[in-house]
Amino acid sequence: MTVATVLEPKMPKCWRQETKPHKFCPGCGHGDILKALGTAIDELGIQDRVVFGCDIGCSLLSWDLFNCDSIQTHHGRTTPVMTGVKRARPDRICIAYMGDGGGYAIGSQHLVNAASRNEKILVIVANNVQYGMTGGQMAPTTLPGMKTETSPYGRDPESTGNPTLGPEMVAAITPASAYVARGTMANLRQLTQMFKKALQNQIDGNGFSFVEALSACPTNWRTNAAKTWEFVEKEMTKYFKVGELKAPAKKEGQ
Amino acid sequence: MSKLVKIALAGEGGQGVQSVAEIITEAANEEGKEALYIPNFGVEQRGGVSIAFVQISEKEKVGSPKFEKADIVIALSDRAVRRCAQYVDGNTVFVYDTAIEGVEDDLPKGAKKVIGIPAIETAKNELHPRVFNIIIMGAVIRSTHVVSEDQAKKALEDRLGYKFEQDPKLRELNYRALERGMQLVESQL
Amino acid sequence: MADKPIQGEKRMFMTGNEVCAYAALAANVDVMYGYPITPQNEIMHYWTRLAPKHNRTFLQTEDEISAGFTTCGGVMSGKRCFTATAGPGNTLMQEAMSMAEMMRIPAVFIIQQRGGPSTATVIYSQQEVTMTCFGANGEGLRVVYSTSSHQELFDYTIKSFNVAWKYRFPTFVLGDGYQAKMRESVTIYDPEVRGIKMVDTYPLVGLPGMPGVDRDPAHLRNTYNTEEELYEVVKDLVDAYEKMAPEIVEHSTMECDDADVVILCHGIVSRAAIEAVRNLRAAGVKAGFFRPITLRPFAKDALRPIAEKAKKLLIVESSQGQFAKIVTDALYGLTTPMETIFKPGLGITSDEIVNKVKAMI
Repeated sequence: MTVATVLEPKMPKCWRQETKPHKFCPGCGHGDILKALGTAIDELGIQDRVVFGCDIGCSLLSWDLFNCDSIQTHHGRTTPVMTGVKRARPDRICIAYMGDGGGYAIGSQHLVNAASRNEKILVIVANNVQYGMTGGQMAPTTLPGMKTETSPYGRDPESTGNPTLGPEMVAAITPASAYVARGTMANLRQLTQMFKKALQNQIDGNGFSFVEALSACPTNWRTNAAKTWEFVEKEMTKYFKVGELKAPAKKEGQ
Repeated sequence: MSKLVKIALAGEGGQGVQSVAEIITEAANEEGKEALYIPNFGVEQRGGVSIAFVQISEKEKVGSPKFEKADIVIALSDRAVRRCAQYVDGNTVFVYDTAIEGVEDDLPKGAKKVIGIPAIETAKNELHPRVFNIIIMGAVIRSTHVVSEDQAKKALEDRLGYKFEQDPKLRELNYRALERGMQLVESQL
Repeated sequence: MADKPIQGEKRMFMTGNEVCAYAALAANVDVMYGYPITPQNEIMHYWTRLAPKHNRTFLQTEDEISAGFTTCGGVMSGKRCFTATAGPGNTLMQEAMSMAEMMRIPAVFIIQQRGGPSTATVIYSQQEVTMTCFGANGEGLRVVYSTSSHQELFDYTIKSFNVAWKYRFPTFVLGDGYQAKMRESVTIYDPEVRGIKMVDTYPLVGLPGMPGVDRDPAHLRNTYNTEEELYEVVKDLVDAYEKMAPEIVEHSTMECDDADVVILCHGIVSRAAIEAVRNLRAAGVKAGFFRPITLRPFAKDALRPIAEKAKKLLIVESSQGQFAKIVTDALYGLTTPMETIFKPGLGITSDEIVNKVKAMI
């Protein structure tokens, strides 16, 4: 056991100390989002029951972040792998963690169908409006006019469509027992509460849970701290409204 | 029967050739013989000719599931007559229904024997259209001896027993169809 | 605990797809994941009818990609799981199969080959040999049983679960549309009455105890950072595979000792070959027959002396040389003349083989 010093940042109990500091770039949203997730896991006391799955893309760097059993899968395939685990072991609490490419592009059929079947898993999509690990290409979530490596003159909705609205889509195709929300790294207290409700929904055996978290990629955005925050808080929220879209009513006695 | 008998049964969808193949091979299996049955299936099956490939062997396991030439071909529609010419050689007995029109020129020339039987007519006028395929079954077992009449009846009982229970007349109808089928080929073999 | 799905043993007359479903039940499979594709559909149909009576489950997924990955998830949970597919479904499922190769996931896949390339026929072929043995971006670290009868479908489906869980490599039962759809006799049995013990399964994730306190967490991955790191991982995989190979490799032969022509084939084509050898021998022609039962690993050591001794070899397959590639690789350096019957997507009868052999001598 290391002696705690004032310099050591406070981290969730379910994070694995041996693999810290984590592997994300400075300013990346993943660390904050996963911290909120870790806090939710701690507060619910479910660390020993969680099976955590991560995708390809920067999300894969979380493969050894938790002191939880974890599977790093293929691009877009985290949802079916976690579905497979949950179906075989319904007593586990399954979390599929991915980026917006994994959730809304290459893995969209899995998201749509897991949601339609009301699979009792939690899917988290970190939305940073582009592909991070491969070097900043356009994603389904890229904002209109936004420049990326594959939309160097700015995303033109005429030829490439409008940003995918994940939670809105999931809310439209899930029954009332699903939990659907969009949070943001800019409000970690709220995001933690969303994760807690989403996990509780799975624990209660109600149905599918889905949380999109607005995230930042200053590396590919080429933004400084101030610009990064401004983009997350002001630009992204113009398209992506933060809040709960679907929250099952509490069961009696809760 | 000889050591291995190869049968091609062909007709239109709804004529029941596949269930005849199923019942005969199940009966042969019950008798301790080695039977193999495979339908033609696939996209072609929809709206095409339905063919059942049946092989029954005294003892040895059957080889490849489809064959080039059959010992007996039973063709129950004009399309089936034309489609099945490919399975006929000098050792093949070719059986067709005499109610099929316009196939006179398509009947195989090189067959060992070509037999026309009035199965469709017999079903319609004497028995009931729904036992048409049981008449065919009778014709098959009499021409090939792949299963005994008793075993064939037992197989019918196994398959349709629950219906026979409700309506014993049905049993009688099916047995008569089987016997009539046997008679139809009897005199011509 | 529900009654055993199969008590003792009994002779049945059924389709190969039904045989696979019964074999999975007999093998104590917990979950099947699957997506409809001809000619494997009836495996799901029978499974969904039989499974609930024995507390087993089924999930119909959105596609074969998902069927492959959900199967991997189920297996990593410590359950005996399988899926079944064919043709374009096999293509889609290669992605999950390569993950199973890399992460040593003991998943079982039943493949009922159909005609290709592309959608092609839903009927029959042996054109999924290369893909099933060596598909995806991997090294072919898979076990592949090529069956030829309903009895083998039953026996090897059960064996696949045991080999998969004992050695932890993805294991395949390679059938075809003919085997899927035809009916023939088969004796199904409770593995226990034949002295077969099902290899215990165990979870790779969802282990007991508090991770980080009672034990280390299971952190399973398939992504590596450096060439050297990956090289070590793959080297270990290859070593484990090569160590296993002699323990599981299987083949069968017939009349090879004095054969002038040895026929080489696999799977259902062996039925035509056996018939052909019988007929040829009866006609005084010295024909023999060699058949690998495992296409991966391949019975190279058994084949080489036979091939060396034979005057001629004849390779017969319902594809354009996919099997021949495996054979010629194993026979490198030998000079025995070789001829072929390649019939991609088409069934092969004993008459064709007999005529060819007669023309060769």
